[in-house]
Amino acid sequence: MTSIITRRRFNFGAGATAATLPLIGGRASAQAPFGVGFVYVGPVGDHGWTWTHDQGRLAVEKEFGARVKTSFIEKVAEGPDAARAIRQLAQGGNQLIFTTSFGFMNPTIQVAKQFPKINFEHATGYQRAENVATYNARFYEGRAVIGTIAGHMSKSGQAGYIASFPIPEVVMGINAFHLAAKKVNPNFKTRVIWASTWYDPAKEADAAKALIDQGCDIITQHTDSAAALQAAEQRGVFAFGQASDMKAFAPKAHLSAIVDDWSGYYVKRVREAMDGSWKTGDVWGGIKDGMVKIAPYNDAVTPAAKAAAEAVEKGIVAGTLHPFTGELKDQKGVVRLKAGETASDELMSKMDWYVDGVQA
Amino acid sequence: MLEWRRRREPSAAMLYASPLIAVALTMLIGVAVFTAMGYPGAQAVRDIFLTPFLEPQRWPDLGVKAAPLVMIALGLAIGFRANVWNIGAEGQYIVGAIAGTGVALATHGMTGWWILPAMAFAGILGGMAFAAVPAFLRVRLGVSEILTSLMLTYVAVQGLYYLVRGPWKDPDGFNFPQTRLFGADQTLPVLAEGSLVHLGIPLALAIALVAWLVLEKTTAGYAVKVVGLAPQAARHGGFRADGVTWACLLAGGGLAGLAGLFEAAGPFGQLTPQFPSGYGFTAIIVAFLGRLHPLGIVFGGLALAATYVGGEIAQTTVKLPQAATGLFQALLLFVLLATDVLVTYRIGWKARAA
Repeated sequence: MTSIITRRRFNFGAGATAATLPLIGGRASAQAPFGVGFVYVGPVGDHGWTWTHDQGRLAVEKEFGARVKTSFIEKVAEGPDAARAIRQLAQGGNQLIFTTSFGFMNPTIQVAKQFPKINFEHATGYQRAENVATYNARFYEGRAVIGTIAGHMSKSGQAGYIASFPIPEVVMGINAFHLAAKKVNPNFKTRVIWASTWYDPAKEADAAKALIDQGCDIITQHTDSAAALQAAEQRGVFAFGQASDMKAFAPKAHLSAIVDDWSGYYVKRVREAMDGSWKTGDVWGGIKDGMVKIAPYNDAVTPAAKAAAEAVEKGIVAGTLHPFTGELKDQKGVVRLKAGETASDELMSKMDWYVDGVQA
Repeated sequence: MLEWRRRREPSAAMLYASPLIAVALTMLIGVAVFTAMGYPGAQAVRDIFLTPFLEPQRWPDLGVKAAPLVMIALGLAIGFRANVWNIGAEGQYIVGAIAGTGVALATHGMTGWWILPAMAFAGILGGMAFAAVPAFLRVRLGVSEILTSLMLTYVAVQGLYYLVRGPWKDPDGFNFPQTRLFGADQTLPVLAEGSLVHLGIPLALAIALVAWLVLEKTTAGYAVKVVGLAPQAARHGGFRADGVTWACLLAGGGLAGLAGLFEAAGPFGQLTPQFPSGYGFTAIIVAFLGRLHPLGIVFGGLALAATYVGGEIAQTTVKLPQAATGLFQALLLFVLLATDVLVTYRIGWKARAA
């Protein structure tokens, strides 16, 4: 009891000093640690999208130690609450702020205007400014790798795809997955269910069950929870993890996962911001840049599947294989890419059509 | 044996003091719980409850967050006084925003001073129309408005989802579920250039003042009170309970609808699936924290707004998880209800039969 009281007193004192610090404002003295802020859309938890961003934050702390001070605000709703959270980090002495969800785009731009001396990094968006850079990962490259595995491992020739919203990012992933699987099995079908959420374990599990009932024996997802994997594990079909290695949730079903790794980018950008060489820009990094990684393969993955998947991965890194290579027709039979042509970044970032064989 | 005994005359002073006691107790319990969990409890509670008030740069945030809470709570309080339990303000808030957004989208690209008032009018009507359903069901069929108003909230949410993903989807939004951004004449003006303080904040205060005048100084306000406290006497006095039910639900719905429109035309500037933020439910806590009194509600709204704003401060200073904000709000209502029970009742030993 005594120890608690002492600690309380101590904390009252600490609280008083901490509260006066933000009033000094964004400019830190030479000795003060460099402030780096993060705004997360979900709770940090132990897997998924937000967790991978927090791993990036921890990598920054590990790299720079006492020279940086990181802080984050989690589970921030996409809307005016985001503007408040970002502004709070800006006023709290952070000089570089990462906002890690698409829906933070307008709030980030809006707050950045009010703090021209602070630099911002917005993940997955398309609006930039002098002090707002954007970054994203080429997840479609990972989709091509797991699509190859799916083509080899599916007996029914049907995969179920639990998708969130039909924005280009998601559409691109569905197409890349399907094209890779179709290369292995020309009759492959990809059935899509729209969950209309990024994170809702109950909905995601329901979608997985419905897809399995329709004959899909491979489940993949563009949503964040591990619920679909758990459903797949129960029903004895295969599935892939999303954003982080989710093997622990479904040891048998989990064939592999597309793993996001933001550490390298975050460390690089923080270093640039600290030495004054930070510039706005747009980075879209893939497997080659270490931003997208493939989790270890399950023992169930056949040697042929493994070899094919590794070949795709190597081809992407070497630049000899592009997941979107013509001739590509959409569902209506319109030729979107001519034979031998590869998709430009511009085309991919506006993709709003599905390739032939996708049931969405 | 312990027993509850109703106090003959609850202390008027304690009735007003109990929200303050509840806030103080919540803070103490918060310190104890967070310390036990290994966080610096005192600083966490200080950051959640006090820092938002102590730092002037947080005040605009408080205003933005408190304005919709106060407006919705005012409408709810009118009903709660008359024993009309509108639990579905969240739905009326959403429908108000939808109705106003309909006007905004129909006037896309146009300019004119009349657009914003038209949106506000649509917002009020939308909220009222949505509250009219439980009013009709209660008056005509005797269905509990608690259930109907609550369930209609989910109808409103699904309606919103349908619109932003279907007919109202922004044609330039890369297929993302959201409406167009409102134009300058469809957006609430900010009071000072570059600040967040939009017109909705002073209007919320003005509405609180009007509500106070109506409730305390008019026959209509008296009717609401009498119907709530003594329905039989009200009938004797010639007050129609049905009329009061209708009036309470329409007032609650209209104010929630207007709050929704202000939120859509103010901080959001568009409709998105993230629009329903739970203000309609949090406003219930605000109404009780403010003693169902319009001016008390202004303070209640500020207190709850502080927990949101302060919750974020505590995340950055002591790394308190976000869930702590919800815990604090729930704790506050719980402690408030508990102190209220003790104001009305006292605990005594049951006398044994000799």
